[in-house]
Amino acid sequence: MAISIEDVEHVAVLARLALSDEEKETYRKQLSDVLEHAKTISETDTSGVLPTGHAVPLVNVFREDEERPSLTADEAYANAPWAEPGGFKVPKII
Amino acid sequence: MAYETTIGLEIHVELATSSKMFCGCSTTFGSEPNTNTCPVCLGQPGSLPVANRAAVADTILLALAMNCAISEHSEFHRKNYFYPDMPKDFQISQYDVPLSHDGHLDVDMGDYVRKVGITRVHLEEDTGKSVHIGESGRIHGAEFSLEDFNRAGIPLAEIVSEPDIKSPDEARAFLQLLRSTLEYLEISDCKMEEGSLRCDANVSVSSGEGLGTKVEIKNMNSFRSLYRALTYEVERQVFALDNGEKIVQETRHWDDVAGKTHPLRSKEEAFDYRYFPEPDLAPLEPDLEWVEAIRARLPELPAKRLERFKEKYGLSSEMASTLTGEKALADYYEEAVATGQNPEKLATWIAGDLTAMLKEASVPVSACPIRPQSLGELVSLIDSKVLSGKMAKDVLKEAFETRRAPKEIVDEKGLSQIADVGEIDLVVGEVISENPDAANDIKEGKEQALKFLMGQIMKKTRGKANPEMASDLIKKRLLSEPRPKD
Amino acid sequence: MDLHYIGAVDLARMIAAREVSAAEVTDALLSRIDAVEPAVKAFITTTPDEARETAKAVDDRIGAGEQSGPFAGVPIAIKDVLSTRGLRTTCGSKMLENYVPVYDATAVERVRSAGTVMLGKANMDEFAMGSSTENSYFGPTANPWDLDRVPGGSSGGSAAAVAAGEAPWALGSDTGGSIRQPASLCGIVGLKPTYGRVSRYGLVAFASSLDQVGPMARNVADCAALLGLIAGHDPCDSTSIEAGVPDYSKALQGDVKGMRVGVVKELSSEGISPGVLESFKAAVDKLQAAGLECDEVSLPSFSNGLSAYYLIAPAEASSNLARFDGVRYGYRPEGEFADIWEMYDRVRSEGFGKEVKRRIMLGTYALSAGYFDQYYGQAQKVRTLIVQDYGRAWDRFDVLVSPTSPSTAFKLGEKMDDPLTMYLSDICTIPVNLAGIPGMSVPCGLSDGLPVGFQIMGPPLSEEKLLTVAGALEREVGFEPRPPEGPLTGGKGGGA
Repeated sequence: MAISIEDVEHVAVLARLALSDEEKETYRKQLSDVLEHAKTISETDTSGVLPTGHAVPLVNVFREDEERPSLTADEAYANAPWAEPGGFKVPKII
Repeated sequence: MAYETTIGLEIHVELATSSKMFCGCSTTFGSEPNTNTCPVCLGQPGSLPVANRAAVADTILLALAMNCAISEHSEFHRKNYFYPDMPKDFQISQYDVPLSHDGHLDVDMGDYVRKVGITRVHLEEDTGKSVHIGESGRIHGAEFSLEDFNRAGIPLAEIVSEPDIKSPDEARAFLQLLRSTLEYLEISDCKMEEGSLRCDANVSVSSGEGLGTKVEIKNMNSFRSLYRALTYEVERQVFALDNGEKIVQETRHWDDVAGKTHPLRSKEEAFDYRYFPEPDLAPLEPDLEWVEAIRARLPELPAKRLERFKEKYGLSSEMASTLTGEKALADYYEEAVATGQNPEKLATWIAGDLTAMLKEASVPVSACPIRPQSLGELVSLIDSKVLSGKMAKDVLKEAFETRRAPKEIVDEKGLSQIADVGEIDLVVGEVISENPDAANDIKEGKEQALKFLMGQIMKKTRGKANPEMASDLIKKRLLSEPRPKD
Repeated sequence: MDLHYIGAVDLARMIAAREVSAAEVTDALLSRIDAVEPAVKAFITTTPDEARETAKAVDDRIGAGEQSGPFAGVPIAIKDVLSTRGLRTTCGSKMLENYVPVYDATAVERVRSAGTVMLGKANMDEFAMGSSTENSYFGPTANPWDLDRVPGGSSGGSAAAVAAGEAPWALGSDTGGSIRQPASLCGIVGLKPTYGRVSRYGLVAFASSLDQVGPMARNVADCAALLGLIAGHDPCDSTSIEAGVPDYSKALQGDVKGMRVGVVKELSSEGISPGVLESFKAAVDKLQAAGLECDEVSLPSFSNGLSAYYLIAPAEASSNLARFDGVRYGYRPEGEFADIWEMYDRVRSEGFGKEVKRRIMLGTYALSAGYFDQYYGQAQKVRTLIVQDYGRAWDRFDVLVSPTSPSTAFKLGEKMDDPLTMYLSDICTIPVNLAGIPGMSVPCGLSDGLPVGFQIMGPPLSEEKLLTVAGALEREVGFEPRPPEGPLTGGKGGGA
């Protein structure tokens, strides 16, 4: 399954990874190899087979609507690279 | 060219649960930033979501109220995209197997009913909130932003309507009915200003063959701006089509200040959300017993109550709509009606003066200083001619401010109308002899003079003379035609 | 006595009986760590002060005749993928180099309440992605049996620490074999529980539908005991099972006569090195001699296991790792950013290593528009076929067995050039994760001086059966989990 450089670039944007040209080519090749291997998957007959998302068939797992103690703001910001009392600080979005 | 408008709405409702959708943090609005957070709603490594049962139940309740089918099997999905208000950079939502589907909400437009299909109602988590720091405080031109995750994880019910709405009026009425429904169900604060009720719209116009290109409109933060934005957008599209332009399928932002929509100039990510079933959560399979138990919670809904008010109390669509818009008001009205007084008169007082006073004082109906029974008392005092309409208004105001019963106020202030014919006739006689010119004018049929004399009578009786009686007595004295026996 | 090579259950008994103090045991392990870490490099962070404090507190309580946990004073190593409150948790990554969690993982909480003494956080492949621990930002760990070779991965640090006597037992995590394969390569016992048996709360997620926390130790009894400490329902994990937790230690006394053992054909022939096969088959013979009925069984869908895994795991990982964006925690590069999009790109490109980026790319691609059905969707269906294959096998067999790893420990750097070659290390262990069933690795001998691991698999919630068979194998094989001492201490002289 051959992947193009454009495919790699598109995926890198979705994944928010900045890649050098060299990296793009390396990943292009490696991804192609893995997907080539994975061709057997698409060739397997899975008609009438439902996907297994959960190995354990649980349904309706809930918690009750009760308030629990939250972290303090200090704890919330404890690992923040950049924060002010008003919130976690980030560079401009637009 | 005649154009047909097609509108579909997408509404997000914050559910008023005590705790968030997937963790136990408080949902209280207005707390200090990031004080209602925990490893789960901050998306810290290793944290896991656990679904809030009440949020699921409330969503099912809402779906049932809108006549939706409840899915036997539904799943949470991850919607993957990067944005700074996203603690995990994916949102837990629902995709192709939502909690409910295929319902409808019927909107009474007065002379017709608009049946609006509900495609689906599903459950998801809210994002955090960004505050943009820069000159304007808006996202364009901001130097940086501050992220507050207090809101992140609050349960949101998402309602998608079919494109059955045909005008901005209908859209507003639909949203108002939805808001009332939510209020009746007691599952949301539904305050657009606080963001607990949000609405986006898809708008298209066409001149006949098929649907036009739809444009998404965002940032309508009140009922009024919804109406204005949709009106503007329809006009914009019609104008463009009339001038031979094509409508671009895009997302437009409503600018309430400028009164226009403009395209959203964001550095748009490729919108590939890569939905896949949320592996950290179990599927939802609400059993019949649970759904029926939830159904039993349904009160008489606003649309139904409106119809019943029209029928039972003989009210107009408009009046019934006002009274049933808020459950507490409708309840108040029916308690007042239970006193046995005239429903239409009660409606006028409650929907009119009382509502105005409550609004001005910013008092909710539930905290109304006047008991519904007192409104009944007021109407009965008017009917028995103890109070004139005008006096009643003053009494009502006094009752509102002092929390005393109307009868008490009337008695204490001696506000009873003078309704004794003899007493009034004496005053009428006085006034006529004091104002001979006016009396002559009346004999010549001049209405103004009658008003003048009435004014004099009211002055002398300090407003207490029963106006109808006074007017009759004046006419009786001054107009020479033999009057039919009363 | 070589305190550092005494097992956890024995240490617990000795401490409770006051034959030795908790402080002595902790000191012995800390000295051992000092002695062999230069060679082995199993730890990212060690916590000697905290350890001594905890040990002292245990001794004080015992001295006062008070209750302390069932394993009071027994030291433990924790794979650095588990959240430890107040103690940095790096996941072997630059992204979390200085990240200090504000909460404990449930598994960590449970071992703490049992009175254990934390020695430190063990090295691992970055974000649990790898089979050799060479993908750690903090450098590789060496296999105590041969310092030029890998300990396996991703729980390589935990395995090496236990094998070298730096800790009597450890917690690891397993998504595609990350407990079992390193256990196999390091000659120790490692168990991946049934999916949902142990809480994942606090386990930094790699592939949510496959990850499990599990015990690693030098003998089956210790492994059983540690499993008992961490297993059980957790309301903080929606995927955790409610079933009660049996006394796993009792399973070792179980009667193996007549137990039916299926030898998986597809995992015991091609692609497995001759040395491993030989050791494996000899072990099967020993089980047969001990009264178990061993027979061959074919599970054809297994051949697709690797491909299905390398679509499902990276897909889920690509989503799980999106949260590492420099906003709320983690690495943020120096300097200004034009906008947040540039920040995201730089945080993630600089904070993640090559293998992690590769899997994120692969996973994102597999989930992207137009490819979902073909890749992720299809892989989840293949998963069902594997579950069905196993299901048919359980009708005929109590447990299934295979070698744990196709080879013994390979040399450092040997497989780093071609990811596909590395991925093949997981061929025997992956189907177990895909089916969500329990699997464990028990050492069954040496091949050219390197340990060989024997994998035992069973139906969901059959950990007791696994432990029974493992106990029998351990007795029959009589493997001594002692790597050669000399190279470890480099002449410094080993532990107590």
